Amino acid sequence: MNSRFWPMFRKEFIQMRRDRLTLGIMFGIPVIQLLMFGFAIQTDVRHIPTVVLDESRTPASRDIIAALENTGSFRIIAYVNDRPSIDAAFSRGAAQAGILVPADYPRNLGRGLTATIQVIVDASDPLSSQSALAAAAGVAQMRNLEILAAAAGRRTLPVEARVRPRYNPGLRSPNYIVPGLVGLILTMTMVLITAMAIVRERERGTLEQLIVTPITKTELMLGKIAPYVGVGLFQMTAVLLLGRFVFDVPLVGSLWLLYGVSLVFIVASLSLGLFISTLVRTQQQSMQMSFFFMLPSILLSGFMFPRQAMPPLFQWIGLALPLTHFLLVLRGILLKGVGLSAIWPQVVVLVGFAVGLIVLAVRRFHKTLD
Amino acid sequence: MSEPAVDIRDLTRRFGVVTAVSSLTLQINRGEVFGLLGPNGSGKTTTIRMLCGLLEPTSGTAVVAGIDIRAAPERVKTQIGYMSQRFGLYDDLTVAENLTFYGGIYGLMGRGLTDRVSEVVTFLGLGGGHRLTQLGAELSGGWKQRLALGCALLHRPPVLFLDEPTAGVDPAARRNFWRAIHDLAHAGTTVLVTTHYMDEAERCDRLAMMSLGHLIALGTPADVARQVGGQTLEDAFIVLQERDEG
Repeated sequence: MNSRFWPMFRKEFIQMRRDRLTLGIMFGIPVIQLLMFGFAIQTDVRHIPTVVLDESRTPASRDIIAALENTGSFRIIAYVNDRPSIDAAFSRGAAQAGILVPADYPRNLGRGLTATIQVIVDASDPLSSQSALAAAAGVAQMRNLEILAAAAGRRTLPVEARVRPRYNPGLRSPNYIVPGLVGLILTMTMVLITAMAIVRERERGTLEQLIVTPITKTELMLGKIAPYVGVGLFQMTAVLLLGRFVFDVPLVGSLWLLYGVSLVFIVASLSLGLFISTLVRTQQQSMQMSFFFMLPSILLSGFMFPRQAMPPLFQWIGLALPLTHFLLVLRGILLKGVGLSAIWPQVVVLVGFAVGLIVLAVRRFHKTLD
Repeated sequence: MSEPAVDIRDLTRRFGVVTAVSSLTLQINRGEVFGLLGPNGSGKTTTIRMLCGLLEPTSGTAVVAGIDIRAAPERVKTQIGYMSQRFGLYDDLTVAENLTFYGGIYGLMGRGLTDRVSEVVTFLGLGGGHRLTQLGAELSGGWKQRLALGCALLHRPPVLFLDEPTAGVDPAARRNFWRAIHDLAHAGTTVLVTTHYMDEAERCDRLAMMSLGHLIALGTPADVARQVGGQTLEDAFIVLQERDEG
């Protein structure tokens, strides 16, 4: 590395240290995001407020209501006396689920007919209604099996599917969210910071002075991104530590491997920002372009929604985002403890992004004013 | 007579249909303080930017400190100091940090860098009080100008380009600044300076008057006034400005 890289690096470092607001945002974002996603966002919906209308009031009806409540999906907030009261509770927003046991339930059960109960859900929120439906179906299934087995004179069930959730036995959201969050936070802050880097100098009139010096384009670009590599590694460490000690997320695999690949991803993100910086004329434009890139990164990378569920076009778009590949690495190493042999295709792609983007940024940048 | 420090040959620059500089030819001698004079839009800044390698000439060329600006624009950059109208200082760096940064970018390091910075600080009187630890943003116009000159001088460039260096600076600071310019010229530095101020133009060894991209007069301040057809340089300038803007 040529000697002119270091003065550039030192200058960027001093400026970064003096910019209290940006610094606060860079170090505040990981903590706030983690707490937000970790505590607030739970995809397994439980304790849905529920009203109950028990028209039969018999041991059999109380039994099925208790079984539903025991799934943990429903939290009974009130017993009502007529059907309009259920609608009223829904309209007020007090309840999101209703359980209705008709008067003929115990009679049908006793005669060997199909005994029906109704579970009504507020499907304007698909996630919680799905959880309620699954719980209700599960309870009914269980009850059916018990009755049928007894009728057939068996004590055991003929078939059972035993599901073993590997890598995340408790099916906990934080285990899935926290590793992804490392990637998301790095994308958000690293791209935005360097997207401002060149335009800021242009707007302040210092770029003209800089390009009249013998510094090379590569020295300028590398000097600009290098100090932020440290910031990225710090952010990542903060998220991992909080994830480990606040949310009990296991860190299974090799941290050396994780940090090595993350370094590549950080450089790729910084280079992308730098590239954006060479495309735009003002800081405002660079901000807009960064956000334009950020939204698909959140939605299509597999951070929040599974990519398998997306139409092929959007899966391809997702492949064009560095975060998509990095998420596989993060979850692979942190949850499954895999080694380089499992993730090398992603690593190759990330190295490609990093090298390609930095070359692109250097090519786009000209040491002239026109 | 040795070869000129700046040898401009038929230099032309067009922006679309506008010709900002048209076939400019002139020589600036070593150790000379040479003034480029002319109303707004006459092509002074475009000329300086081409000589610094910031703009590519449409045709023609120039040789600066023995290097052709078209053939080796990056090598020219090691031989020149440049001070723009906006000074190009970092507001969030201190005076000392600005100097150290630009020195480093020009390839100075270690002892060489610290020694040279303190030399420039002494030369321009930047060391008084807590000046060195003040941020760029806290400096007055005059101090900013001095610091900008200091940053352009660190690598001892044989040729110095100053684009309206005294715009928005008070008269006392301007006088100090010109004293420094003449000191540098006596020590052998060639200085090309653009200006709006007639009293500054009078302080130049030679002048070139430009109008709408053309060179219209060249010589000592008195010669130029005579060539343009005014009693004084100021008369000549005003006549020219009215003609260009009319």
